[in-house]
Amino acid sequence: MEQDQPSDATYEPQPRAADNIPLRKQGSLVPQRSIAGRSLVMVIAIMTFLASLAAGAANLVSRAAAEWTNSIASEMSIEVHPAPGRDIEADVARAAEAARHTPGVASVKIFSRAESEALLQPWIGTGLDVTDLPIPRMIALTRAAGVKPDVVELNRQLAKLGGAASLDDHRAFISRLSTMANALIAVAVGIVVLVLAASALAVGFATRSAVALNHEVVEVLHLVGADDNFVAREFQRRFLALGIEGGFAGALAAAICYFVAGFVSTRFASAAAADQIEAVFGSFQFGLSGYGLIFAVAIAVAYSTGIVSRLTVKRRLRSMA
Amino acid sequence: MIRFEGVGVRYGVGPEILRDLTFAIAPYSFQFLTGPSGAGKTTLLKLIMLSLRPTRGIIEMYGDNVAQMSEAELTMVRRKTGVVFQEFRLLDHLTTFENVALPLRVQGRAEPSYRAEVVELLQWVGLGERMHVLPPVLSGGEKQRAAIARALIAKPDFLIADEPTGNVDPTLARRLLRLFVELHRLGTAIIIATHDYSLMEQFAARRLVLSGGHVIVEQPRGRGVRL
Repeated sequence: MEQDQPSDATYEPQPRAADNIPLRKQGSLVPQRSIAGRSLVMVIAIMTFLASLAAGAANLVSRAAAEWTNSIASEMSIEVHPAPGRDIEADVARAAEAARHTPGVASVKIFSRAESEALLQPWIGTGLDVTDLPIPRMIALTRAAGVKPDVVELNRQLAKLGGAASLDDHRAFISRLSTMANALIAVAVGIVVLVLAASALAVGFATRSAVALNHEVVEVLHLVGADDNFVAREFQRRFLALGIEGGFAGALAAAICYFVAGFVSTRFASAAAADQIEAVFGSFQFGLSGYGLIFAVAIAVAYSTGIVSRLTVKRRLRSMA
Repeated sequence: MIRFEGVGVRYGVGPEILRDLTFAIAPYSFQFLTGPSGAGKTTLLKLIMLSLRPTRGIIEMYGDNVAQMSEAELTMVRRKTGVVFQEFRLLDHLTTFENVALPLRVQGRAEPSYRAEVVELLQWVGLGERMHVLPPVLSGGEKQRAAIARALIAKPDFLIADEPTGNVDPTLARRLLRLFVELHRLGTAIIIATHDYSLMEQFAARRLVLSGGHVIVEQPRGRGVRL
């Protein structure tokens, strides 16, 4: 039963109080049920979670490596070897004196013979008489803050001791440490990129499917005067919403994981395992930069979801044309 | 306004559905497109509404060759053209109001700027009380009127209607046709595809008769209202 019949009156548009008519909020032109929204959100959330874990791990390694480098790079050491016909105590004193006069060296600490022997205890144990062993002596140097030590000059002075003393500025160790940390960070970045790429592929596939399912909608939009940009924007808006939902759900889960891990490591800091974890990962303080990184991953995922869907739709529309 | 010259259409490697179509549609004109079922009326309308490219020949719209138009130009031509589809093609997830407002929405206009126009037109076509309803709930006649309102809302220069009275009773068909006549008097060129001869007899309008893939142009005749 028809409720109304068209008027016979001449049509003269006369705007009147139409503002009072309640209308629902303008919805998406792409039907929500035509997109596998729940599944896509789950895929995006899982991908973001994995990418966030990788990014967070890279952040932890980077911070730990920086801590190690700072602590190691602030010190140097001189090793004085016993040699036949030489007075090791005199060599130690001369080496220490040379170090004190080197610009950029803040302090010099001579390890006594007893202290040097104590350094060997972890390897040779206690209760062994090492009096007759030719044990090298150590001199620990601390770098002055903000001044680069004149290593060349110090090496030149130590060379005067006939090869009995050598300087170790830890450069090789720092280089290896830096290489290892950079490799780990590169692996983590690679994982983030791969996960983002996989996420983009999933979005591209879902978009193609959505365009195919909404072929009728797309055609009607074109015939009523929509251009490709308008149609692409409609799909992009829908997929961006899904990307934001999935991206932030995954990032939130990753942030909770890191928060709980940080809490647990703090709570059980006295345990033996915690010491080892701290030795490798530093103090496991994720920090604002870590959470910021996870947030950035979520934004990247959401943004890439929108961009990928837009590009996919435009390519599909071109091929349909 | 629209000029066809030697236009032919074939699907794939099959025979030509339409052959050597040569005719013109003038501004402010009113014509029927008729012919037996399967004669190619819908295919010809698809050519006119730019949803199909001809296999050969030239189609000019508003003075420009369609084959040489950019995407932006094609979009602008589509915006000057209102279409009433035989099967309505309303979007089922949008309300009647949203369906009718679609041509204005795709032009980037904000809803407050066209709300009054859409409400006014819906009331005029007798759908004032049905503007919040989704198409699946509408009757055939209501869908028809919603489709017509959608075609009219952007005040097109040219209106294409494919069997616009095919799903309604004769009384309503006459009323709907009167809407088109009214629109024609306001300055819109109109082409209505129908094989309802009794309907055509009511108006002395030009007829494009499709037969055997060719088009024959018949000048206004009959005792109906002269257009």
